[in-house]
Amino acid sequence: MTCDAWSAKLDAYVDSELPAEQMEAVHSHLRGCPSCTSQMAERLQLKRAIGIAGRQFSPSAELRRKVQKQVGKPQRARLGWLAPAAVAAVLLLAIFFNFNLRIGNEALPQFREIADLHVAALAGSNPVDVTSTDRHTVKPWFQGKIPFSFDLPEVAGAPFTLLGGRMAYLQQSPGAQLIFLVRQHKISVFIFQDRPPVNGGLSSEQRNFPPSLGFSGETWAARGLRYFVISDAAADDVKALARLLQSPPHS
Amino acid sequence: MSSQLSSAAQFEELAMPLFDSLYNFAHWLTRNREEAEDLVQETYAKALKGFSTFQPGTNFRAWMFRILKNSFLTSRAGLARCKMISLSDDEQDLELPAATQTPETELLALRDRQAVRQAIEELPLHFQEVLLLCEVEEMSYQEIAEAISVPIGTVMSRLWRARRAVKQTLLNRTQKAKA
Repeated sequence: MTCDAWSAKLDAYVDSELPAEQMEAVHSHLRGCPSCTSQMAERLQLKRAIGIAGRQFSPSAELRRKVQKQVGKPQRARLGWLAPAAVAAVLLLAIFFNFNLRIGNEALPQFREIADLHVAALAGSNPVDVTSTDRHTVKPWFQGKIPFSFDLPEVAGAPFTLLGGRMAYLQQSPGAQLIFLVRQHKISVFIFQDRPPVNGGLSSEQRNFPPSLGFSGETWAARGLRYFVISDAAADDVKALARLLQSPPHS
Repeated sequence: MSSQLSSAAQFEELAMPLFDSLYNFAHWLTRNREEAEDLVQETYAKALKGFSTFQPGTNFRAWMFRILKNSFLTSRAGLARCKMISLSDDEQDLELPAATQTPETELLALRDRQAVRQAIEELPLHFQEVLLLCEVEEMSYQEIAEAISVPIGTVMSRLWRARRAVKQTLLNRTQKAKA
């Protein structure tokens, strides 16, 4: 099948509207075709941008009250004496699960967006805007471009090679994307300020990316910054780079 | 009496989680807060009244959005907006130049939420609604077809053209800004 034929399926692919076997066939083709992968990444970026911009309007509390009254009794009145018991039960469950509901394995929007950013960067003809293996060249490039500074570890002696960096936006917030190479696999490291909406639904503790995304990845917060590391490299390599980044700051 | 009560409770349980989504969609359609609020209230009133005609096992969300869309079409805002819609077929409804392949400039524009919002606003109603139901509500093609009462092929065609139009608008905006 030609790339034109594959390209015609990409809209339905990004909408998850193809039958399972065709989804798998397109997925296999994308792994070996940078041109179609690039097109797919463009479509995904457009889809995501429209999704974000389209969630534009929120109803007022007053309208909610009116409609609630229109369709039934207010929630509190309907629960009656059960309400305190329900609240207590929820609290007990939350304590029991140590708030794991919040840090469970669900794919938060940030994870999906990070995966898209990683794929889109690698699919482009210029994955990095500043190309250098020297952290003293890459780090200063971000000065004036992002509203914070970050530390970059020395990777000499480790199996990682810094390839460069580029600007990235997560939930409309600016940040840095650094790309490292390990055994022919590229690893993206994203750094943003650790505040809403970037850290919405995330705790400060370290957390793995959900397996459903198909990438190895970790996120954590340190010194007011939120880090995401993502790659198709072995999970151990991703963890090793994450540990390196978590090591004490270098000058 | 008790079956009426359980039916109302069931309606509330199904319909209230859709409240934010219905309002967002109504505001896009009407382009006005007051009109959107009236439309949402009218939708819930009609849906509650007609809940007995809803067939269990069919798609409730599509049913609610269909009521909202139909209510909009007969509202003052809907009639005003429909006057602007050409009655020609979909293929002639949106003039699109050939897409220019400049992914870097396109990505730059995609980061500008305001620019994307304006590009959606500029779409004719029947492209805009399909795009919003797909990208914002994450409805399947089949669900969209049910919500706006058109064949699934029409959904796919309108969606493709709507995306292309948004992309082209963003590219034009970026190229103008650079010039």
